[in-house]
Amino acid sequence: MASLLNGDGGVIGDDEFYDHLSPRGSPKPPMPWFGMDIGGTLTKLVYFEPRDNVKDEAEEAESLKIIRKYLTGNTAYGKTGIRDVHLEISNQQIRDRTGSLHFIRFPTCSMMGFIDMAKSKNFSSLAKAICATGGGAFKFEQDFREHVDLILHKYDELDCLIKGIHYIYRNNHASECYYWKNCASPERCEKVPYDFRDPYPYLVVNIGSGVSILSVRGPNDYKRVSGTSLGGGTFLGLCCLLTGCETFEEAIELAADGDSTKVDKLVKDIYGGDYGKFRLRGDTVASSFGHMNNDERRKSASKHDLARATLVTITNNIGSIARMCAVTEKIERVVFVGNFLRVNTISMKLLSNAMEYWSNGTMKALFLEHEGYFGAMGCLMEYMTTRFIHDIPA
Amino acid sequence: MTDESYAKSIELPTELQFRNLKTARSFAIDIGGSLAKLAYCSTVQRRTSLVLEEPGQTEDGSIYHVSEQNEVVSRLHFVKFETKFIEGCLDFIKEKLVGSKEFMKDKFIKVTGGGAYKYKDLITSKLGVQVDKEDEMECLIKGCNFLFKNIPDEVFIYQRHGSPEYKFQGVDHYVFPYLLVNIGSGVSLIKVESESKCQRIGGTSTGGGTFWGLGSILTGAKTFDELLELAERGDHRTVDMLVKDIYGGAYSNIGLPGDVIASSFGKAARSDTEPLFKKEDMARSLLLAISNDIGQIAYLQARLHGLKKIYFGGYFIRGHPITMNTITYAINFWSKGEIQPLFLRHEGYLGAIGAFFKGEEEDDIEKYSWEENFACSSGLPSPKSSKLVMGRQKSSMFDSLELDKLEKSLLPCPLLLDSNSYHPDTVDLTQDTLARLYWIQCFIDGVDKQKQQAIKSQATSTDVVERADQFKQRYIQRLEECRSNPCAYGSLTVRSILDMCNQCLNEFQFTDSYSQQKQCENEQALRYLESRLLMLDGLSWEDQQLELVTGMLTGNIFDWGAKEVVEMMEKEKFGFRQAQKKLQARPWLIDDFEKWKLRLSEGPIHRCAAIFCDNSGADIILGVFPMARELLRRGSKVIICANTRPTLNDVTYKELTILVKRVADLSSDISSALMEGRLMIMESGQGSPCLDLRLIDCDLVEKMNSEQVDLVILEGMGRAIHTNFYAAFSCEVLKVAVLKNKWLAQRLGGDMFSVIFKYEKPRKISVGDNGR
Repeated sequence: MASLLNGDGGVIGDDEFYDHLSPRGSPKPPMPWFGMDIGGTLTKLVYFEPRDNVKDEAEEAESLKIIRKYLTGNTAYGKTGIRDVHLEISNQQIRDRTGSLHFIRFPTCSMMGFIDMAKSKNFSSLAKAICATGGGAFKFEQDFREHVDLILHKYDELDCLIKGIHYIYRNNHASECYYWKNCASPERCEKVPYDFRDPYPYLVVNIGSGVSILSVRGPNDYKRVSGTSLGGGTFLGLCCLLTGCETFEEAIELAADGDSTKVDKLVKDIYGGDYGKFRLRGDTVASSFGHMNNDERRKSASKHDLARATLVTITNNIGSIARMCAVTEKIERVVFVGNFLRVNTISMKLLSNAMEYWSNGTMKALFLEHEGYFGAMGCLMEYMTTRFIHDIPA
Repeated sequence: MTDESYAKSIELPTELQFRNLKTARSFAIDIGGSLAKLAYCSTVQRRTSLVLEEPGQTEDGSIYHVSEQNEVVSRLHFVKFETKFIEGCLDFIKEKLVGSKEFMKDKFIKVTGGGAYKYKDLITSKLGVQVDKEDEMECLIKGCNFLFKNIPDEVFIYQRHGSPEYKFQGVDHYVFPYLLVNIGSGVSLIKVESESKCQRIGGTSTGGGTFWGLGSILTGAKTFDELLELAERGDHRTVDMLVKDIYGGAYSNIGLPGDVIASSFGKAARSDTEPLFKKEDMARSLLLAISNDIGQIAYLQARLHGLKKIYFGGYFIRGHPITMNTITYAINFWSKGEIQPLFLRHEGYLGAIGAFFKGEEEDDIEKYSWEENFACSSGLPSPKSSKLVMGRQKSSMFDSLELDKLEKSLLPCPLLLDSNSYHPDTVDLTQDTLARLYWIQCFIDGVDKQKQQAIKSQATSTDVVERADQFKQRYIQRLEECRSNPCAYGSLTVRSILDMCNQCLNEFQFTDSYSQQKQCENEQALRYLESRLLMLDGLSWEDQQLELVTGMLTGNIFDWGAKEVVEMMEKEKFGFRQAQKKLQARPWLIDDFEKWKLRLSEGPIHRCAAIFCDNSGADIILGVFPMARELLRRGSKVIICANTRPTLNDVTYKELTILVKRVADLSSDISSALMEGRLMIMESGQGSPCLDLRLIDCDLVEKMNSEQVDLVILEGMGRAIHTNFYAAFSCEVLKVAVLKNKWLAQRLGGDMFSVIFKYEKPRKISVGDNGR
């Protein structure tokens, strides 16, 4: 239908779409160029650092230099901010500038610290407004205005997410998208690049604090089909409560050494073996945490086991909902993104395995290297095309 | 069975909980992780009135002889108790069963549920019986199908803030296909396509076991119910990250309100602050997370498989309001209101019911119907009345369900326009508060009269007063329960209260309190029949038609179920003529007599009329028989349908089979019609002063079909006003009654003895016809 109406419009549309960062004729927005995605747990920043020696660089505002030095000179900011150096994409051309894309994250609960930093670096001398997406764009709008005199331009997080995925894949296609091969056997399991140049239709499962599931059928054609509140925030929240850990990394490390079968009740624990009538294998989890109402079992379960069980429960649940959505939408490629997957090969393999097993191999779980940064990337793209905020303050 | 007995510790079970165990045969048990459900079939001795025909007209004019005799009926018992008491319960069963080991030898017990493995040896060693394991899912589905078929108000929609909270769904005659979501330790989703065809289409491991297991680590709660109680008091918003915590408000772009949970336990992840979370809040957050998740998965699967009906069962639900509310919310949210999740009043018993019938002959399910005994079953707890009752206290009590086997199977009346949209009851007392308060008080006020009548009917029995007191106590307790929790036993209606009263009477061996009264009135009325028929024969055709209708109406005044009339009958000599004078003068409150007359004079002769008759005495003999004679004379066939089991002074089938012969002696038309099979006496399958046309005797259904009944006559308040007033039929129908209750008469815009004479033409199903 779309191709009939648009002729070759699909292709033209794509080109236009991918040239989003260099639209002809629109004025160049002021530096610094970055996009911000303020999520429930994490805030993600994508910062463009110009690396070309443009003649007017000398005239670069002092405060701009300070910001640039601060952001690129460090890999950690304060107690909690991190720059994911391994994700940096260099040699990017945006508008007439060439440079690197940096990917930075910090907990949303440190947002006031970030605002203080922006204030101390005299950000408001550079721009009247900045772009932000994610729920925090709405929540912190007033704080930005009051403390740093900045207007927040808010963009829809799902729009940004889709735009970000398309942009990053296009500019980093050799290694961005991958899947796990032979995920059923740990020894043979390996990460293999996936050619995602012809992506449509696909399902995006964005696992942040909560989960959103979107079906994407074209560059601007997507809809949110489902979601669940059992997401990364649930994993971390429960792990903190159950094990006393404090960070996501800690929780994942604990889980890596744990055994969830000490915590979960398996089919064989109930039926003594397979449940033949319904073709359920004995080692299938029948009840997550099902052993934990028993005092002795509870005492013998370690922190590691609890963390592992939490991870497996949340991951399997997401996988199951995602799979049903994919079947309903008649889509076979499911792209999992979001920061829940960071340093989390356990979940990725579980998801890969579940997708393959339950669909008899017809469905594929795909992953993207820049996991949680697509919203922020999309937001940067919006910034580059937004006309009304480009006035440099006097 | 009273609340006081519940409140005691149940570690030592008593016969109050395991009733009639001595006569028990065939057992089944469903052992779950927290609750066990025992099923057994007992035989209950019941007194019944035996009506024996006197060989000829005796000198004192008695036409039949009434005596009481013992009757044995089968009753199914289901008892729910906490699994941890299983050993004590098994000991108790062993002790009570005659001869114990010897008795149980070579017997088997059907066992199902997750605990079937764990307790197999214990059962064998305690009871010395063979243990037959039955598949859990098969039992559940069998249980479901059984309840759908036998218990009219089994299924409900839950509306936490609705009034009433439970919306009962009546009987669904097109049960299949449906999705059964069984939430035990884990969750199974089963697509059920027929009695024998089902398939597990999915499931999830986050179920009741997750709530219990995770909940006990988080809160230290020991039992499932303790957790539920914590959840009831908690506030999830301190633990969960809501959309508004992220957005500051709603995420309006995709229509997510601010209160929607974005990330369950999301607030527990913040490492910079270390708030201590309250146990209650965590329990609630967990309950919501799991309920929402199950609701969503159920919806997704239902959509994938094109299923419109989703039933929820399993121990996780156990009638808990927050759970049902959250599941309902989730299903509504995802289906945009298209699918209403359905819950079952007896969901806890599904497995036990199924397992029990696995051990019975298939016939027992197919050939018979079972009736819920309100006198002996526990009602649903009220979500509103008390949180305590919902929580730990309630489930540590025994809970029971008892079903009585009916002699034959009951089927929906084929003449209903649409049996699926048919609701017998005119007023739903769960919705109509004013009516509820009036009727419950009215029945409470009438208890003593009933008690006296009961005593009078068995005056020679030594324990009659004691039993009558027990009856009164039980009945009042049930009425009070319904007053505070109208949904306790399904939808509350005048019909259900009358049924409840009957069952309470039966429970204490008062089966037919009015038998002598009925006999006396029948005999009296017979004496007037000849002159009445002669008088009718002397009238012009038109006068005759009016007199026939008036006769039916007059006869209908003689009702021992109406307290105003009873007072009149007790005070003065109240004969047919006195009664006729009480009738409202025409035009009646609803007066379709002219239409009826026109129909008779101009329309074709009816093929066959089915008359559902009401009271003994003047009503049946001077009212109904002359009308039947007229129809027979015109060339129609007539089926007179009488109650199978006695209630009040309603004429029973057995009495009617004798009466009709006496009537035949007095009328050659009746006599020849009876001989030629044009006049048929049949049982309705009912034992109520009301008439539930969803469940009538299977032979009557067959006869209605084979004779192609084209006229139904419903007589009396119970059958034409309290029930069926709005019922739509696919054939002609007459609804004939005298209003013998002042309150009701005024409500309908009339006065005492106002007349309803409603004639309706056959209805056709049309678009937008809601059956009214």
